[in-house]
Amino acid sequence: MSLMTEITIFVLAAFVGFEVISKVPTTLHTPLMSQTNAIHGIVMLGGLIVVGYADDSLEYVIGTIAIVFGAINIVGGFMVTDRMLGMFSKKPKPKADADGKGGGP
Amino acid sequence: MTPLAMLEPGGDGATALYIVAFSLFIIGVRRGTHPTTAKQGNLIAAAGMAIAVATTLLLDGIGNWGLLVAGLGVGTAVGVIASVRVQMTEMPQMVALYNGVGGGAVALIAWSEIRHGISLGHEIPLDELIPVLFAAVVGSVSFWGSNIAFAKLQDLIPTKPLAVPGQQVINALLLIGIVAACVNIAINNDDPSQAIFIAILVAAAVLGNLVVLPIGGADMPVVISLLNAFTGLSAAAAGFALDNVALIVAGTLVGSSGTILTMEMATAMNRSVGNVLFAGFGGAPSGGGGGPGEERPHTSIGAQDAAIKLAYADSVVIVPGYGLAVAQAQHAIKEVGDELEKRGVTVNYAIHPVAGRMPGHMNVLLAEADVPYEQLKEMEEINPEMPRTDVAVVVGANDVTNPAAKNDPDSPIAGMPIIEVDEAQQVIVIKRSLSPGFAGIDNDLFYEPNTSMLFADAKQAAADIASEIQNL
Repeated sequence: MSLMTEITIFVLAAFVGFEVISKVPTTLHTPLMSQTNAIHGIVMLGGLIVVGYADDSLEYVIGTIAIVFGAINIVGGFMVTDRMLGMFSKKPKPKADADGKGGGP
Repeated sequence: MTPLAMLEPGGDGATALYIVAFSLFIIGVRRGTHPTTAKQGNLIAAAGMAIAVATTLLLDGIGNWGLLVAGLGVGTAVGVIASVRVQMTEMPQMVALYNGVGGGAVALIAWSEIRHGISLGHEIPLDELIPVLFAAVVGSVSFWGSNIAFAKLQDLIPTKPLAVPGQQVINALLLIGIVAACVNIAINNDDPSQAIFIAILVAAAVLGNLVVLPIGGADMPVVISLLNAFTGLSAAAAGFALDNVALIVAGTLVGSSGTILTMEMATAMNRSVGNVLFAGFGGAPSGGGGGPGEERPHTSIGAQDAAIKLAYADSVVIVPGYGLAVAQAQHAIKEVGDELEKRGVTVNYAIHPVAGRMPGHMNVLLAEADVPYEQLKEMEEINPEMPRTDVAVVVGANDVTNPAAKNDPDSPIAGMPIIEVDEAQQVIVIKRSLSPGFAGIDNDLFYEPNTSMLFADAKQAAADIASEIQNL
């Protein structure tokens, strides 16, 4: 990719980011921050590329730590966001005798 | 070579898959801005991430599988365990920590790129070197700043603002030094000094510590959000260096959406971002009454946020007062109650004996609006329920909810029985302003951290909330 192509992509992506976030309810600020936080864990790909093509022992070490960090960022980020958003999931319908031990037909 | 290798690095196949991945990120973030779609949005973004990671692992020539699998395995395990164990109240510091490791990953990748460039022994092109330097500095600042934010929120270090004398001057000098060192590396791009590069990482680390240390715990969410945006930008810079379109788009998306989000968060807290970063204020609000005319920090929200809090609660208690009578808001409030019940929320009305201007005032008004009698609870009956109540909505009531009556023996209303809304998980106060009530004293409730003020006419506010709930 030429530098100018990359800059074009960068500017367009910046505008997408500005536009996509508009009037977020306060309640969603933290989950959304957490979700975008997980997305920048994509930098782990850099670690995979570094280690995947490395041939120098210090690069192995640096790259592997980067992968560990990136994987924590991604996995933890998405999981924590999911937990936070649990409060928005549908309430379970009150079910009579949910576990079936009550002896109904 | 591995049997899995099938995509040419930078080739059409890999790029196409990266495009799918970042499209899913954009859709995911978009859905994350609305409560009904947020959970799904998060899953969509996670699916995008899975595609991006899989694509990279399939690149032709990727080797060292032992290390790749070990790194992925350890990171995944730590991430899973940490996010399952964390308490809901500790979420902000968890996000800070995840943001920090992301920044750390960026800085490490930048370091490795520089080493790689030096080892090749020829000139490193500036369009690769400059993004690497940017990624190194911002990643390192973000890593250390986030760790300090985590430590503060986790009470590992004092949460109150720590002022270092000459703070701003030291920060400015550090920044100048970092820029000068970067320029040095860029000028000597045919043989850059690795020692200077490591010095840049260290200086950026010190800067990250110094910038966040003076900021108080109350402002930390804004700081974490800002560092999040920075980490995004540094990931994009790493994408420039590695010629990776997924990194550029995803990083930039986080950078720009994170910036907007940071400003919205600061606005919601009545602060500006500059104020948060440079004022060194925002520790625990100082105790005591706060003299008349003195602005005390409070949180204000709009009808939409109020509707979301209510609609996703299990139990809601509505506390009507004189303001409801003045605004003739009883029908609108009943409508809010009806909408909530349709969604399976338990709704009760707490009637203080002297709410309004005469005994029974509220009962009459609410009965006129056809509120079922069983939902009208006396003070003695509802107070024990308050700690189990998710949201208490105070509509135009003031003195009868003032916790000073039980907490402050010097208060003019000391000893007066109150509806203990301060015991509820969250409180929404619908009121026209912060002005004192009948007794002429400030209401401490308005400044509690779990209280949100909705400044509006009670009738209008109730109508707005009802229609927002319908739209959810």
